[in-house]
This record gives sequence, structure tokens and C-alpha cells, in this order.
Amino acid sequence: MATEEHGGEAAHGPMEQFEIIPLIDLNLGGYDISYTNSALFMTLAVICTFSLFWAATRKRTMVPSRIQSIGELMFEFVAGMVKENVGKEGMKYFPFIFTLFVFILFGNVLGLLPYSFTFTSHIVVNAALAVFIFVAVTIIGFATHGLHYFRLFCPAGTPLPVAIVLVPIEIMSYFIRPVSLSLRLFANMLAGHVLLKVLAGFVISLGVFGIVPFLAVGAVTMLEIMVALIQAYVFALLSTIYLNDAVHLH
Amino acid sequence: MPQFDPSTFSSQLFWLLICFVVLYWVVSKFAIPRIGDILEQRQRVVQDDLDRAESLKSEAEQALADYEAAMADAREQARTLMNKVTSDAKAAAEARNKEIGAELTSQISDAEQRIAAARDQAMSSLTSIAADAAKDAASRLAGLDVNSGDAEAAVSAAMKGNA
Repeated sequence: MATEEHGGEAAHGPMEQFEIIPLIDLNLGGYDISYTNSALFMTLAVICTFSLFWAATRKRTMVPSRIQSIGELMFEFVAGMVKENVGKEGMKYFPFIFTLFVFILFGNVLGLLPYSFTFTSHIVVNAALAVFIFVAVTIIGFATHGLHYFRLFCPAGTPLPVAIVLVPIEIMSYFIRPVSLSLRLFANMLAGHVLLKVLAGFVISLGVFGIVPFLAVGAVTMLEIMVALIQAYVFALLSTIYLNDAVHLH
Repeated sequence: MPQFDPSTFSSQLFWLLICFVVLYWVVSKFAIPRIGDILEQRQRVVQDDLDRAESLKSEAEQALADYEAAMADAREQARTLMNKVTSDAKAAAEARNKEIGAELTSQISDAEQRIAAARDQAMSSLTSIAADAAKDAASRLAGLDVNSGDAEAAVSAAMKGNA
């Protein structure tokens, strides 16, 4: 990356915010498992989720308070998504999808706070989640349908000439799923944060005219909040769609 | 780019696993049951209210039907009562009319008898008055002294001839 090549300036470059900084050095069987800023924000995501739902369900009123409404809204949003895409049989995967949704949601949103860290901007985290989903969906698919699951690559009634072209495409699109799933989130988070950082850099260097990038930073932050919510939704939605393929085939 | 530094992968994956599992536990054992409970309870309360509203509505309809039946009943009763009263009154009036008519008829016949008696009496006294007048006239005009028995006989003969 260009900024890293500038040496000393790299510390304030747009990539600095993605640096993994160990807070507590830990080691397990030769592997580095240091508690880092990334781990800290994952922990915060867990704490925030717990706090949100603790606060939301503390009073249990008939007419919900604001915080209770937020909790109920999130619940019904994800429950509706799973029910709509997978149906009643999909509800046993609802806790997982819900966890996925709130984890990515808090990862994205907490990352927008100044001086914070966005763990979803790291490809390895997203890839791990995406690969887990991919493997789980494949296992569910074979467990539910046995070898019929291969039908996914060739819908019934496809003429042979079409099938010759279709099957490789279907297979490719199936295996590209974890890649697209993780890259989408990674690229969105990366681009947003880099853009914010670059714009913020101009605020000081342009002096009085810095007001222009300053306003732009405000506007882009709004956009990024939206992107943070949408990407969490998209990740969870695509997971349910893949799950639907596994549960219902076509 | 820090994202492609493999030395950080192991710690990221380790803590991802830990945090995700903890979060899954929080969500599935804490958040979902509690929120689900609240939603279910609300659903139940709303359903109860709807059911109650439904039963109250049917009760109200029943009451309305009862009221209308009672009203129709009362109206019917009033009508028969009215009919009875008017027919009774009519009968009573007729009876009185008849009674009064009979009384009047008897009074009229009494009066007629009385009138007939008076006339007979008047008629009989008229004969004697006419005889007196005839005797008087005969004594004054002709100087004849007619005896009253003859005069009476002559008057009654004259009256008979006139008749």
C-alpha cells in the first residue's frame, strides 16, 4: 500500500486504523492468541448485545419502552427474515442467524466510533464466518437430502445441452459463496473506513477550506452507519438464503 | 495492509471463536427466550382481549335481541289490552244505551197513558160543561128550564152526530 511506503507517515495513514495491536500477550501451544484490540471489540460486541437485551427485557411491559422496542424490533426483523426465506423448519437455525446478525451489526457499528476498531474489516474474521456457514449449509444439505443435494447444481427438467453449461456454473457459484460473502463485508468496511480517514486527513491540510471535507466526513459517516446496518443485514440474509437451499433444495 | 498479516490470524480466529460462542450462548439462552416470552405474552393478552371483546359483543347482541323480543311482547300485550278495553267500553256503552232506551220507552208509554187518561177525563167533563152551557143557553134564550139529564143526553147525541 502506498501509505505504508512513506515510512514515518504510515502511522497516520488510512491503514493505521486496521492495525492489530496486542493488549495482553498470550500463547497457546505455539500459537499466538494475544488479546488484541480486535478481540476487545468482539468482547464489546458481546457485552453490548447482552446489555441491550438485558435492558430491553428488564421491565417486560405490555406497551414496550424504547429500548424494549429496539430489542423486539431486532428479534422480529431477523425472525421474519428466517421465516420468510426458510420457513418454519428454518426456525431452529434462528438463534445462529440472530447471533450472526448482532455480532456483525455491533462489529460494524462499534467500528464507526472514533478511535475504535472494526473487526469486520478483517478478511480472516469474515472468511471464518463465511466458511463456517458454507460448511454448515453443505452438511445440512447432505444430511437433509442425501445425494439428492447434488440436484442443487442441476434443477430437474434441465435439457442436456443446457445442463452441460449450467452445471459448471452452478458448481462454481456454489463454491464462490463463502468468498463473495466474506469479501463483500470486508470490502465495504475497508472502503468506508479508508474513505473516512482520507477525507478526515484533508480537513487539517486544507486549512479554512477544510470545512468542505469536514462536511463530507459528516455525510459519509451517515452513509457508513447505513452501510454498517445494511451489510449486517445482507450477511445474515444471504446466510438464510443459502440455508434455504440446503433445507428445501429448489 | 494489516489485514493480510498472517501472524495476527491465529489470535483473531481464537477470539472470534470464543466471542461468537459466548454470544451464541447469550443470544440463544438469554435474549431470544426473554424477547420471545414478551412477544408471546403480548400475543396472548391481545388474543384474550380480542376473545373477550368477541364474547362481549355476542352478549350485547343477545341483550339487544332480548330487548327487542320483550319490546315486541309488550307491544302485543298493550294491543290486546287496548282491544279488550275498547270492546268492554263499547259493550258497556251499548248496555247503558239499551237500559236508558228501555227506561225512556217506559216513561214515554207512562206519559202517553197519562195523557190519554187526562184527555178522557177532559172529554167526559167537556160533555157536562157543554150540557151546562146548553141548559144555560136554553133558559136564557128560550126561557125553557131544561133538566140537566136531558141536556146531557142531547149534547152527547150532538157530539156523536158530529163525530
